Amino acid sequence: MAKVRLENVCKQFGDVVAVKDFNLSIEDREFIVLVGPSGCGKTTTLRMVAGLETITSGNIYIKERLINRLPPKERDIAMVFQNYALYPHMTVFQNMAFGLEMRKTPKEEVRRRVHEAAEILGIEHLLDRKPKQLSGGQRQRVAVGRAIVRKPEVFLFDEPLSNLDAKLRVQTRVELKKLHERLEATAIYVTHDQVEAMTMGDRIVVMNEGVIQQVGSPLELYNAPKNKFVASFIGSPAMNFFQAELVRLGDVLSVQTPTFRLDLPNSSASDLKDYPEKRVIVGIRPEDLVETGEHVPGRTIEVIVEVIEPIGSETYIDVKAGEIPLIARVGRKTQVKRGQSFVLEPIPERIHLFDVQTEEALLRRRRD
Amino acid sequence: MAIERAGAKIVKFYIPLILYLLFLLFPFYWMFNTVFKSDNELYNMNINPLYIHNPTFSNIVTLFKETIFLRWMGNTFFVAITATLIALAASLLAAYAIQRLRFKTSGPTGVAIFLSYLIPQTILFIPLAHIIFKLRLWDSLWSLVLTYPTFLIPFCTWLLMGYFKSIPKEMEECAMIDGASRIRIFRKIILPLCLPGILSAGIFCFTLSWNEYIYALAFISTTAKKTVPIGLVTELVRGDVYHWGPLMAGALCASVPVALVYAFFVEHYVAGLTGALKE
Repeated sequence: MAKVRLENVCKQFGDVVAVKDFNLSIEDREFIVLVGPSGCGKTTTLRMVAGLETITSGNIYIKERLINRLPPKERDIAMVFQNYALYPHMTVFQNMAFGLEMRKTPKEEVRRRVHEAAEILGIEHLLDRKPKQLSGGQRQRVAVGRAIVRKPEVFLFDEPLSNLDAKLRVQTRVELKKLHERLEATAIYVTHDQVEAMTMGDRIVVMNEGVIQQVGSPLELYNAPKNKFVASFIGSPAMNFFQAELVRLGDVLSVQTPTFRLDLPNSSASDLKDYPEKRVIVGIRPEDLVETGEHVPGRTIEVIVEVIEPIGSETYIDVKAGEIPLIARVGRKTQVKRGQSFVLEPIPERIHLFDVQTEEALLRRRRD
Repeated sequence: MAIERAGAKIVKFYIPLILYLLFLLFPFYWMFNTVFKSDNELYNMNINPLYIHNPTFSNIVTLFKETIFLRWMGNTFFVAITATLIALAASLLAAYAIQRLRFKTSGPTGVAIFLSYLIPQTILFIPLAHIIFKLRLWDSLWSLVLTYPTFLIPFCTWLLMGYFKSIPKEMEECAMIDGASRIRIFRKIILPLCLPGILSAGIFCFTLSWNEYIYALAFISTTAKKTVPIGLVTELVRGDVYHWGPLMAGALCASVPVALVYAFFVEHYVAGLTGALKE
């Protein structure tokens, strides 16, 4: 049974469509991440589930109960906000107890549950402090603590890590994931950071301009993006894109640019058997471009190195193949120099093709 | 270099500041000066007027003996505090509603309240007098208690609107999810957080009511019901004779409570006016 179900949900602010025909079924105990650039409607969607935003049309169910018109407090949810929204005039204990007190929980029970949550999060020693006496990371924990004391059906997270510094963010990411497993709770998590989405989500919903682009497991999105937007959004550095012509030479299907030709594997040829267009967008991930020795026409690309970006564990090189700029990821021990010419070999099974007009993916790719 | 810089600071900062202070404080000095002089000394043009030659308390004694100054003080306190409480209660609710409930006409309502503040009291007191008369409140302190909020509420509402704006919306949304009702949120979250704003609005109301002149002059005629500003002027200016000594003694005594209120809350007052919400 789905825990949260959104059916044809739309949200309009005046003439602006923020969320369009959103359909999603979230399973019990699932950790689902909504990801997309700012203004894509992900936070609006979350706020509609929370009841902080009305729904223009469509239905939202929690545990098969229609909640469109229920006020937030009756939806049995808890939300963690980006700026934490702690009550500055209350101590940590009072902050965490507030929701329980509003629900008339007996005093002893409140004490027990607050201490229990504080222990899980390692903030027991902070219970008497006020929010302004806490560091960013501690505040974030209190915000999470405030959500978990109530033991709600669904947790909603609105970019809870974006106010933390990079190092703390990585650490908290792991802790949140562990917490989710421990609490066996259902969570909807909004972020604009694709790395956060990939590492935390059981499933990821990629959104753009109010529309779901693709729903899938992290690797599914990475390996088999449905369109150019998902392909470019997931993965860092982003996928390389360039336009090329489809050329058929006997049985072999290739993509041809002014400077190089790449032969596609047979499976791709059969996927494109009836494809009428001549031009396509080719997408190759930087990590699928392998440094190689000799130039073989149809299999490799000759490039000139423009910029070298070592980041320690690996090195990115910005290269140009004729007029086409590409980024490749090579090992950290690479010997390439700036200005040097150089040969890259794409993994043929990992070349993506997209329609020039619709930007939809044209090839079927393995999902795992 | 350092000396030059210090010199520049004296010329650019301290000298203008001192001149400005002198300008502001001189009337107070003059008031203070007059209180402790006898009439002989006050009207003697041949001695230095900036200095008290023979200090005396006679003016203060006259003030308390010949007028019912304490009664006026009591009246003023009663009117100022009651009007302030009414104005605060109304503006808190109005400002919160306009700022946060976001009903269709919340914007225009806010502007309308502000516009009403721009109508001069000197015009408004004529229709107000008519209303007061109809309500049979003529020559009663309640006439002042009810009319002062007409100019207190608009300003307070705007001041508090700015203050409410500085409280993150998420805090209320979080409380809403936590299960609190609007009234609960207002009482438990908004009011404690707005205390500096409420204090500054309160101080503002209190001093305005304390100093108010026109309505008090127009609506009150019995001596025992007068407020300090009216009482002093009507009872200590007899015909064209100004009893400067007692007059200034009254002004001095009446400014003490206001000065105390300011001194006590000055930090909150500044924080409230700049809308600085400390997390």
